[in-house]
Order: sequence, then C-alpha cells, then structure tokens
Amino acid sequence: MVNAIWVILLVSGVIVGAINGKMDLVTKAALDGAKQGTIVCFGLLSILVFWTGLMKVAEEAGLVQSLAKLIHPLARFLYPSVPKDHPAMGSIVANMSANMLGLGSAATPLGLKAMKELQELNPNKDTASDAMCTLMAINTSGLTIIPATIIGLRMQYGSTNPTEIVAATILATAIATTSAIFLDRWFRAGERRKGGKTK
Amino acid sequence: MMEIVQLIAAWSLPVIIAFIPTYALLMRKVPVYETFIEGAKEGFPTVISIMPHLVGMLVAVTVFRESGALELVIGALNPLLEPLGVPPEFLPMALLRSISGSGSMAIMTDIFQTHGPDSFLGKLASTMQGSSDTTLYVLTVYFGSVGIRKARYAVKVGLLADLVSVVASLFVVHLLFG
Repeated sequence: MVNAIWVILLVSGVIVGAINGKMDLVTKAALDGAKQGTIVCFGLLSILVFWTGLMKVAEEAGLVQSLAKLIHPLARFLYPSVPKDHPAMGSIVANMSANMLGLGSAATPLGLKAMKELQELNPNKDTASDAMCTLMAINTSGLTIIPATIIGLRMQYGSTNPTEIVAATILATAIATTSAIFLDRWFRAGERRKGGKTK
Repeated sequence: MMEIVQLIAAWSLPVIIAFIPTYALLMRKVPVYETFIEGAKEGFPTVISIMPHLVGMLVAVTVFRESGALELVIGALNPLLEPLGVPPEFLPMALLRSISGSGSMAIMTDIFQTHGPDSFLGKLASTMQGSSDTTLYVLTVYFGSVGIRKARYAVKVGLLADLVSVVASLFVVHLLFG
C-alpha cells in the first residue's frame, strides 16, 4: 500500500508538472524535499534525544509500574477473557502504560509480549481472539499524553507555542480510544448474533 | 474553558521535566543524570531510523505539491469539504495516517512549512498526527509476530477509530482554537 502511494505521488506529480510546463519546479521540488527531510531530522534530534533520556529516568523510577497498578482495574474490565493472574494481564497493562507515557520504543516489545501470552490462551492459533482484538483496538488508536515528536517539529518550524496542542491531542485521542473500545465490543456482539465463533 | 486548556498546555511539560527526575532521585534513588545520558543515547538511532522515511516521503509530497497536482485534488474536493469545516489541504494527510506514519508526518511538516505550525491547519495536523497511530502497520507487526492470519474485525475497528480521530481532531481544534 505504501509502495503504491509513493509511486502515485511521484508519478502524478511529474505528469501534472509536465502538463503545466513546470518541470524545472518539479526538479527543484525533489531536491528540496530531500533536503527538507534531512533538516527536519536534525531538528528532531534535539528534542528526541532529550525526551528519550527523560523517559529512561521515568522507566527506571518505576513510573510505568505505578501507572500499571493504577490502570489494572480498567484492564480487568477491558479483557474479561484473560484470567486475572495470567502473565498476559501484566504485559497488557505495562503496554498500555508505556503507550500513555509516550514510550513508543518500550511499548512495542511489551505489546508483542502480551500478544505472545494471549496466543497461549487462544484456542484457534491462526485466528485473533477477543482479547487480541481489544489489544489491537487500543494500540492502533494512539493513546498518548505527551506527543514529543510533534512538539519537536512544531518548535523547529518556529511555533510561538509548541505545546499548545497537548490538550487538544489528549481530548482527541481519548475520544478515539473510547470509540475503539466501544467498536471492538460492538463488532464482537454482532459476530455472536450471527452465530460466529465465540472464543 | 480556553484558559484551563492554555494552563494545562503551558504547565504540562515543565511539570513533567521537574517531577520525573525529582521522584526518581528522592523516592527510588535512581542515579538520574547517568540514566538520562544512557537513555538519551537511544534517541540517535530513533531519529536516524526515521530519516530515510522522511526524505523519501518529503520528496514525493513536495513534488506532488509543487507540480500543481495537490492543487488539482484540493480544487476537486473543496466543494465537498468546505461546508463540513474541513480544510481540503488536510485530507491527503488524513488519508495517509493509517497507512504510513512517516508519510502523514511528512505532510504535516509540509503544512508547517507552507501554512505555519500555529495556523489552524497546523494545529489540526498536529492534533490528528498525535491522536492516532499507523493502524495497518501496527496490525501487521502484532498479528504477524504470533502468526495470526484471520484478524476478524480488528482491521475494521482500527480504521474506524482512525476516522473517529480525524473527526474528533476537527471537532476539538474547532472548539479550542476555532
């Protein structure tokens, strides 16, 4: 899919450029785009180096575990099919906490671990279980508290108030995640009504 | 409402910067500075790994915009989107969000450059990019890792949630900054 989009953007750009007689601009745009990508990355280095450093401190201080303890009751409600003392539950809450703290690099391995442990509980090894679908609903809806990369990019482009969008982002992500959880339950109920699989 | 939002936005980062090291040092006896340096080193590979994606996508996006192709698409969609309060420049980014995170990020930086990060469009792009994830990538990685081939309704849920996040971003940004 990404392959198709990339080619479409490039080819339609060149074709439209040819029709408009703007080939010189297209050439310049290609070189400018590459330059822009490099400049953006160097700009991002400053905030991301600082942020991953700070988040390492948060991780070492056990803030992920503290948050995990806090959201444990919520996880019990979200994953009724997982036994409460099963190791999967621990990985699930750790993954959710890391996501919320914006610890992307820590969240993925924890999520994959949760997935592996859920697979042990799964009777049909090639079909996603209820709990797996819920895990995906939460992980694909982007639950974050501080969007560090975006703040960094805003800073780089001279925003007068780079963190201005934090509250808006939290609100929007809360709406999206809540909807994802609701949709997950709704589609599952629909599947049951049609007499589909139950586990 | 607006004042509270501004207050949260202005205080969030400073409070986090002060709280995390203080808590780590006093309550957990973490050697905070050494830990910070150790973690900060991990920032380099992260940025370096984004760079090829951003260069590739920004070349495509810039060519698409400068050639006049973006203008054509926007012109065609404008009559549909304008009454809904959707800036047409926002649509390509919204469409790309679920498929390629670096692609939508490239469009976001392009919007920052053309319209400024503090413009309505800039704020909308920031909010949308932050409030969703690259659904198709996440699903592929997670299900692929344990050999799940039948995803049931997970793709539907993920993509619908992305749609919700687009609508929610529009609503929230109109509400707070409109």
